Amino acid sequence: MTQLPLRAQLASALGRTAATLSRATGRGDGSVIGGRIGLALEPDLLSQLARDRRLALVSATNGKTTTTRLITSALQELGDVATNAFGANMPAGHVSALASAKDAPYGVLEVDEKYLPAVIDATGAGVIALMNLSRDQMDRAGEIWLLAQKWRRALAGKNTHVIANADDPLVAWGASTAARVTWVAAGQPWKEDSWCCPECGGPLDRKGVDYTPPGGHVAGAAPLAMVPRPVEDDWACRECSFRRPQPSWFLDDDAVIDPRGQRWVLDLQLPGRANRANAAIALATAEAFGLPVQAALPRLREVRSVAGRYTTVERDGRRARLLLAKNPAGWLEAFDVLDRSLPVILSVNAQGPDGRDTSWLWDVDYRVLRGRPVFVTGERMLDLALRLDVANVPFQLVASFEQALAAQPPGKVDVIANYTAFQQIRAEFDRAV
Amino acid sequence: MQSDSILRLVWIYPDLLSTYGDQGNVLILEQRAQRRGIPVQTIHVRSADPVPESGDIYLIGGGEDRPQILAAERLRRDGGLNRAVARGATLLAVCAGYQIMGSTFGGEEGQPVQGIGLLDIASGRGAGRAVGELAGEADPALGIPMLTGFENHMGVTRLGPGVRPLARTAVGTGNGDGTEGCYAGKTVGTYLHGPALARNPGLADLLLTWAVGAQLPPIDDSWYDRLRQERLTAVLPQQA
Repeated sequence: MTQLPLRAQLASALGRTAATLSRATGRGDGSVIGGRIGLALEPDLLSQLARDRRLALVSATNGKTTTTRLITSALQELGDVATNAFGANMPAGHVSALASAKDAPYGVLEVDEKYLPAVIDATGAGVIALMNLSRDQMDRAGEIWLLAQKWRRALAGKNTHVIANADDPLVAWGASTAARVTWVAAGQPWKEDSWCCPECGGPLDRKGVDYTPPGGHVAGAAPLAMVPRPVEDDWACRECSFRRPQPSWFLDDDAVIDPRGQRWVLDLQLPGRANRANAAIALATAEAFGLPVQAALPRLREVRSVAGRYTTVERDGRRARLLLAKNPAGWLEAFDVLDRSLPVILSVNAQGPDGRDTSWLWDVDYRVLRGRPVFVTGERMLDLALRLDVANVPFQLVASFEQALAAQPPGKVDVIANYTAFQQIRAEFDRAV
Repeated sequence: MQSDSILRLVWIYPDLLSTYGDQGNVLILEQRAQRRGIPVQTIHVRSADPVPESGDIYLIGGGEDRPQILAAERLRRDGGLNRAVARGATLLAVCAGYQIMGSTFGGEEGQPVQGIGLLDIASGRGAGRAVGELAGEADPALGIPMLTGFENHMGVTRLGPGVRPLARTAVGTGNGDGTEGCYAGKTVGTYLHGPALARNPGLADLLLTWAVGAQLPPIDDSWYDRLRQERLTAVLPQQA
């Protein structure tokens, strides 16, 4: 459907060829090399490939890949969707994703937080979903307040519909310059990066009150008349007027309440609170494309694992569920998913993509692991060993993931690994998806 | 210790300066005191609250430019930390917190921002960011082994005659002139960011010794030692 100028057509075709070669030769999944070649030949290629499509961009510190997958799954109800499903979230990956689905009328692109302003400019995307911002790989990613400020500048004056998490003060600040924002109360368990007002630096006052819905939960998609809104996790600056915007969508325990007050039990296959929050954002984003919850939610329920996340791999009767956690907020959400009755294997590396600095281990509260068998491995196992020792969490050090798995009795075990440690485990199991 | 029963740790402004696992230093001091039978009370002071003057060891960590400027303003207005140090309290200041202890430091655009003057140092912004492993021989007068850690900052710090360098750098940037950090009295400043004490239990014990006013019995340091050895082996030039 996209009519590209000749030069762009050529750039796009050569890029696809390179991607095919990359896959055929086993050098990669082809999602970056093809885009790089295309962009080198035609710097404007991303803009041209984005033209005449309805695009959603998805950005956050955590949950980008999963939320991209959830929104893609929903929009497939409407038609073909171009997407960078394997997390190649910089412009080369976007070019590759759009070029390989030239006729798809829809696109859902995961975008690295730092690249978001450039990708907004290049694509003119009509919808942008923003979930959370927290400390992450500070040795190379830089400062998140500055990042939010760049989001503000990029969104100001654009005709874009932003779907944003009202419970994360830094996201609320970063999104609030947009012409139109749909606010979602998606929660924020990790609060250590938002005790101060992003607008003026004053203290943020927070109140979180547990909400118990009256009566039981109604299964499936059956709407409830006038469900009272949850008393939410409110916040406001003590010194200036910046405060939590009024949400129209709410994550309410295992359900989402839509702007009409209807409560939808999510019943996802993906585990954990973080994925329910991602689903709330995905449902609001789908509605921005005209897709009602009733049609979108069954699609979200079909998603079982995302690029290896939450998948279960098996060896010699040991079934290991793989959880990815790259930073303190991610570990907090991963702990929420753990089965309390199971042993857990933790694997930590500090290669380039992980951040070479392991300081963040000290921001994770590992005490929740007390009382279950804990196995520690990975290239930086000693950093984690000392951290657990100081937290009084008993553990066993194991030389490799294979040995950790072999040390388990047959049955289930949970695994939490950071980025390259996770990819190493996936590689062991033929890039499990 | 002020009170002869409890060691009081005061963590200053975790809401502003706690970006790189700075909590680690608090946890390590707690652990190393408790394993010697010293009861510990830890006080987290948010930036809207006054800094209590009755603490034994004060800790302040690292953070982004804007929180650093806010922290310096609030500490200056509050005055509690200056009074506590004048009274003889021990202080560990890390990275952004280290720079705040001087006369000036570089703000968001490199503009000079006034510090709180607890150390005779002045900092500015360097040309590039110093990111990576840092190792250096500690000042022999301190009697502690080689320092090891990670740095991530743009600061260049000039030491005045009122302080001594904490270490001579073997790997990494530190203050920018071949030295790393500094100390004066019972105040230590360092660019070893975040959980600096995790790889330097000797420095942790030095702070505890200053605060308690007595030598401490040894404890099991095997996890600390293994981590130190691994990191030093990884970053120091190989010796034959």
